[in-house]
Amino acid sequence: MDLLTELTILVLAAFVGFEVISKVPNTLHTPLMSATNAIHGIVLLGGLLLIGAAGGFLNELILVIAIAFGTINIVGGFLVTDRMLEMFRKRD
Amino acid sequence: MYLATFLQDPDFIQVLYIAAFICFIYGLRLLNHPRTARRGNVVAAVGMAFAVIATLLIEEVGDYGLIALGIVVGTAVGIPAARNVKMTAMPQMVALFNGVGGGAVALISWAEFREAGGDLPTETIIPILFAAIIGSISFWGSNIAFGKLQELIPGRPIQLPGQQFVNGALLLVAVGCAVAIATGSESEALFILILVTAAVLGNMFVLPIGGADMPVVISLLNAFTGLSAAAAGMALDNVALIVGGTLVGASGSILTNLMAEAMNRSIANIVAGGFGGVAVAAADAEGKSVRSTDPSDVAIQLAYASRVVVTPGYGMAVAQAQHTVRDLASELEKRGVEVSYAIHPVAGRMPGHMNVLLAEADVPYEQLKEMDEINPELPQTDVALVIGANDTVNPEAGMPIIEVDKTGSVIVLKRSMNPGFAGIDNPLFYADNTALLFGDAKESVAKVLKEVEDL
Repeated sequence: MDLLTELTILVLAAFVGFEVISKVPNTLHTPLMSATNAIHGIVLLGGLLLIGAAGGFLNELILVIAIAFGTINIVGGFLVTDRMLEMFRKRD
Repeated sequence: MYLATFLQDPDFIQVLYIAAFICFIYGLRLLNHPRTARRGNVVAAVGMAFAVIATLLIEEVGDYGLIALGIVVGTAVGIPAARNVKMTAMPQMVALFNGVGGGAVALISWAEFREAGGDLPTETIIPILFAAIIGSISFWGSNIAFGKLQELIPGRPIQLPGQQFVNGALLLVAVGCAVAIATGSESEALFILILVTAAVLGNMFVLPIGGADMPVVISLLNAFTGLSAAAAGMALDNVALIVGGTLVGASGSILTNLMAEAMNRSIANIVAGGFGGVAVAAADAEGKSVRSTDPSDVAIQLAYASRVVVTPGYGMAVAQAQHTVRDLASELEKRGVEVSYAIHPVAGRMPGHMNVLLAEADVPYEQLKEMDEINPELPQTDVALVIGANDTVNPEAGMPIIEVDKTGSVIVLKRSMNPGFAGIDNPLFYADNTALLFGDAKESVAKVLKEVEDL
């Protein structure tokens, strides 16, 4: 993909990101932060893309740690958000 | 055979990525509203699953053994951490998860630099350098935020002389090294120097910030990590990383701004460090006396009031007093007392912290009132029961507060006379209409409840 296409996608995604957050009640600030926090765990994909071609112990070690970190970010992030939001369930 | 070719078709992978983006955007949208928020989180998580599966299908992706190792270790750490963390420690956990994300970005950019032996085209090396700097700042900054919230490091702002100057110099060094690499140097030492300076900068950036501002800082670092992930995506030519990272970068910045607004602080103000007039007020505290009270007196005041406003803070969270508080409120309501809860936007360690705890204790939504809603009602309130809150009711905190000092009588449940998280002495405690009930919040409330029942 050429640089300009990537920049186009980036700019458009940024606008979507700005627009998708509207007037969020204070109550939801923390869960929302926590959910977006989980989404940037997507950097895990970077580790997946690189590790196949990685040569040498150090490179592999760095990437395994990166993949583990990314996984913690994703799994932990979504779970913790769910636990926070569980508290808001409708009670009968 | 045919299936494998189909699954590994780059177009199919792009389609899965598009499905992931739809999930992310729709999920974030749902997260804006209390009723749909939980579903939104699940939708976003499904999107993440699409993105990861699609990437694993890419033909060049290999070494599944190592990938599995990383994912298994990450899951084994992440699940118990998220499951077992106490509600009160949730903020630290978010900081930690944000930190590992930033760490992953920094490591990935380092690995890519090493792979290429430093010889990369400009359009790849620039995003890599950006990701390395921001990722490293985010990792270390988040760790400091964790340390402060976990009280491993003092929550008070820690300021060094010439801090701004030092930070500027560190940033210059990092950017200088980055420019050297971008313009042709292939030295890995320079790259490591960038990671290290950015790490020091991350520490220096968060240390001077007061504990009460920490949620905003975590949100800011969260947006940073998103941006750095997007940069890593540009370096790796991966559209999912670009979109996912940018979405977080953008929505995270908006959210940071909303949080700062809720505290009536600007982001610049928070980042500049310090919190209000730290320690200045402490000096004139000497010589003033507080009035302490006992549970039976509190019980009488509460039981014969017509309106009581409960103002909870971090102390209630620590003592896990929410259920006892709810019991006390029901007992009072039985006696015809009107009880409501005043929720400060930053009560506890995070916005929404109190709502979560009180919801857990089955307190009805209608009784939870936000600051702007409750403040005009306070002059008509007989008793304000402050449970483990300090900065959010401190007239000198330098932010909008729950104005409990306007009520007829203020009862403050406190462990000790130590200043709050922000480290500012609270004149409310010395006011004539304030009485203090010392002790653990849960025990105190339980004693008061017992007295009310015996009346």
